[in-house]
Amino acid sequence: MSSVAGEFRLLLMPKLMSARRRGVVGKGRWGRVAMVVGIGAAAWPFIYLTLTRLLRTLRGVEEVGPLLASKLLALGLLIFLGILLLSNLIAALSSFFLSRDLPWIRAAPVDWLAVYLSRLTETLVSSSWMVVLMLVPMLAAYWTVYDGGWLFALLSAASIVPFLIIPAAIGSATTLLLVRLFPARRSKDILGIIAIASVGLVVLLLRVLRPERLVNPESYRNLVDFMAALRGPSSPWLPSQWGADALSGFLQGGFDPFLLVLLWTTAAGTVTVGAMLHRKLYPACFTRAQEGNENRIRRHAAWSWLERSMRGASMQRRQLVLKDVRIFFRDTTQWSQLIILGVLVVVYVYNIRVLPLSSGEMITRYLVTLVVFLNLALTGFVLAAIAARFVFPALSLEGQTLWLLGSAPLEARTILGAKFWVGAVPLTGLALLLTGFTNYLLSVPPGLAVLSLASTVALSLAFTAQALTWGVYFPEFESENAAQIPTSIGGLLFMLGAVVNLGLVVALQIWTLRGFLLSGLPGREPRDPLLWELAAALFGTLACCLVAGVLPFRAAVRRLSRLEA
Amino acid sequence: MIVLEGLTKRYGDFTAVGGVDLEVEGSQIFGLLGPNGAGKTTTLRMIAGILKPDSGRVLVGGHDNVAEPMAARRILGFVPDRPFVYDKLTGAELLRFSAGLYGLQGPEIERRIDELLALWDLSPWKDQLVESYSHGMRQKLIISSALIHRPRVLVVDEPMVGLDPRSAWLLKDVLRRFADGGGTALVSTHTLELAESLCDRLAVIDRGRVVAAGSIEDLRQEARAETAGLEEIFLRITRGATDSDIARAVGD
Repeated sequence: MSSVAGEFRLLLMPKLMSARRRGVVGKGRWGRVAMVVGIGAAAWPFIYLTLTRLLRTLRGVEEVGPLLASKLLALGLLIFLGILLLSNLIAALSSFFLSRDLPWIRAAPVDWLAVYLSRLTETLVSSSWMVVLMLVPMLAAYWTVYDGGWLFALLSAASIVPFLIIPAAIGSATTLLLVRLFPARRSKDILGIIAIASVGLVVLLLRVLRPERLVNPESYRNLVDFMAALRGPSSPWLPSQWGADALSGFLQGGFDPFLLVLLWTTAAGTVTVGAMLHRKLYPACFTRAQEGNENRIRRHAAWSWLERSMRGASMQRRQLVLKDVRIFFRDTTQWSQLIILGVLVVVYVYNIRVLPLSSGEMITRYLVTLVVFLNLALTGFVLAAIAARFVFPALSLEGQTLWLLGSAPLEARTILGAKFWVGAVPLTGLALLLTGFTNYLLSVPPGLAVLSLASTVALSLAFTAQALTWGVYFPEFESENAAQIPTSIGGLLFMLGAVVNLGLVVALQIWTLRGFLLSGLPGREPRDPLLWELAAALFGTLACCLVAGVLPFRAAVRRLSRLEA
Repeated sequence: MIVLEGLTKRYGDFTAVGGVDLEVEGSQIFGLLGPNGAGKTTTLRMIAGILKPDSGRVLVGGHDNVAEPMAARRILGFVPDRPFVYDKLTGAELLRFSAGLYGLQGPEIERRIDELLALWDLSPWKDQLVESYSHGMRQKLIISSALIHRPRVLVVDEPMVGLDPRSAWLLKDVLRRFADGGGTALVSTHTLELAESLCDRLAVIDRGRVVAAGSIEDLRQEARAETAGLEEIFLRITRGATDSDIARAVGD
C-alpha cells in the first residue's frame, strides 16, 4: 500500500508543479495575481453579504424562516451536485483517456490503483475548484448568521469533502462505462448521451422539486401542506440533501451524525466501486479509446453556403472563420459547450414560463415591469456563461498550432476579428431568440421590448469582446480539453467582469427609468415609459457596452501582437 | 537573403540566443548545426517572426521582420520542429487554409494542393482528418503548407524527424531544387550526414552564439582537422562528451 501511496504522490507531482508554475512564473505574474485577488475580493463579499442579508431576514420569520434557510442550502448544494456530476464526466474523459501523458504512464510499471486514484484526484480538482470557491462565502454566511463557531468550519469541511468525492467517483466510473460502449475519440456519441441525460435530468428535477411553489404558498391547499413541503427533504437519496441536513441541523440545534457517516461511507463506496471497475475495464477501455472515428470528410452543402455568404469578407478573415467553424463542429470535446448551453436555456425558459403571471391580480403591473429587468439580468448571465464556454477558449484552442498564424502575414486584428465574429454571430442570434421568446411569454410592452432586445444584443457583442480579451490575457495553450478551459482563472475573471458589466447596465436602466418604475407603486398614477426615458436608457446601455467591448478588444489586439507562440 | 544582426533573445536570466550575426545568401542551402538547447529553434522562430528578439534585427529579403513583418512573412515559408497542425481539418483543407493566409485561392491553388499532396504520396489522404495522419505524414503536410505560396525563403527546423528514407531522400531533392531555382533554405538539423551532403554553407551554434561558420572546408580549418568528417568537426567545435563521461553513463 505504501508503494501505491508513493506512486500516487509521484503521479500527481507533475500536475501540481505545472499548476503552481502556471500561476507564479512568467511575465506579468504580479498583474495576474493582483487581478485575481482584486476581483476575488469583490466577488466573495458580494455573495457573502447578499446571502447574509437574506438569511438574517429569514431568521426573523417565525417557523418558516429556518425551514426556508435549510431549503435554500439544500437547493444550492443540489445545483452544485448537478454541475459537479456533469463537469466530472467531461473532465474524466480527458484525464483518464485523452491526456497526452497517458501512453507514457501506461507503459510505466505503476500500480493500477495509483493510476486510478491520481487520475480521480485530477478529475476532482479540475471539476470542483470553482464550486468550492462559491461554497466558501456561502457557508461563511450561514456561519455568521447562525453563530456556527469553529465546530461548524470543521463540520463544513467534513461534509463538503465527501460531497465532492462522490460525483467525481460516479462521473469517472460513468465515463469509463461510456468509453466501454463508444471509443473516447467518438466522444460525440458519449457527449450526445450526456447532453440528453443532462437536459432530461434538469427538467425532471425541476418538475419534481417545483421550487417555484415555495414562493407561491397559495398553490398549497393549506398552511399545513406548505409547512410539510418545507419540512420534508426534497431529495432524501442525494448527498446534497445529506450535506445540507447535516449543516443546517447543526446550526439549528438538531445535528444528526448519521448523515456525516452516510456521506463518508457513500464516498468510500463509490471510490471502491470506481476502483474495481477501473481495474476490470480500464485496460480494454484505454485501448478502445485509441480507436479513431470515421476520418474521411465529405463536402457538405452547409460549407458551400457558409463560403458563399462570406464573399464580402477578406480572404484571410474568411479562411480563419471557416477554419474555426469547421474545427468547432468536428471537435467533439467542444460539444460539451452545447450541452451546457442546452441545459442553461432549458432552465432559463422554464423559469420564465412558470412565473405566476397568469394569476391576474396577484402580480401587479409594477412586478411585471421588474420582471423585465430581472429577465435582462438573467439573459445577460446566460449569455455571459455561454461566452465563457464558447468564446473564451478561442485563442487557447490555437495552442501549439499558433506558429502557423504567427509565421503568416496576418495582423493580430485580423485573427481576433475573425474570432470575434465566429463568437458574436451565434451569441447575438441566441440573445435575440431568448429575449424575443421570453418577452413574448412575459407580454412585455413594445417600448421595453425594443430596449431589452437592443440591450441583449449590445451585451452579447460586449461579452464576446471581453471573453476574447480574457482568453488572450490568460491563454491555456496546454489544455487537452476545450471544455476545461473556461474553468481556468481567466474564465472565472471573465465571468466576474461580465457580471459587473451586466450589473452596470441593469442599474443604469433602472435609474434612467425610475420615474416610470415609481409610477407603478400603490397610490401613484401609473404611466407608460416616456420616449426620452427609453432613448436615454438605450443610449446609456449602448455607450456602456461600447466602452466595455471596444477597450478590452483593443487591449487584446495589442497583447496578441506581442504574444510569442 | 537572410541577415541576422546582433540577434538576442533572453528568457529571464537565461540567454537563449546571444548576439548572433549571420548572413545567408540567395540560391543556397544553409545548415544550422548545434547541440540540443544551443538556440537553433529560438533563432529560426525569430527569423519566422514567431518570437520577437530582445535586441538585434532580422532581415528577410531586405525586409526587417519587426518593422515590416507582413512583407517579410509573405516571402517566407516556415516548417517547425514539431508537426502540430489542426487535427480537425483535412489535409486539403489545411493547405487551402494556409494558402488563404497568404491571400491565395482559386483553381491555381487547387492544382498546387494536388501537386504537393501527390509529391509526398498523400493524395489518398487528401480528405482525411489530420488526426489520422502519422508523424511523418504530418511533417510532409507541414512542408507542403510551407511551400504552398511558393516562398523565396524557406526556414526549416529539423526536417528529417519522422520521415521514412524515401521521403527523406525526396525532401533533400526538393530543397536542392528549391535552392537551384533561386530560393534560400535555412535548415537546422542534427543529422550531420544531411548537412554534409546537402548544405552549401554551415554555421555551428553553441550556447546561443555562432562558434563557427562557412563551408565545410572553412569549418575543417576552424577545427584544425583538415581531413576530418563533419561529425568530428562538430564534436571538436562544440566540445562534446569525453570517453570517460560516456563510460560512466553506461555503467562501464
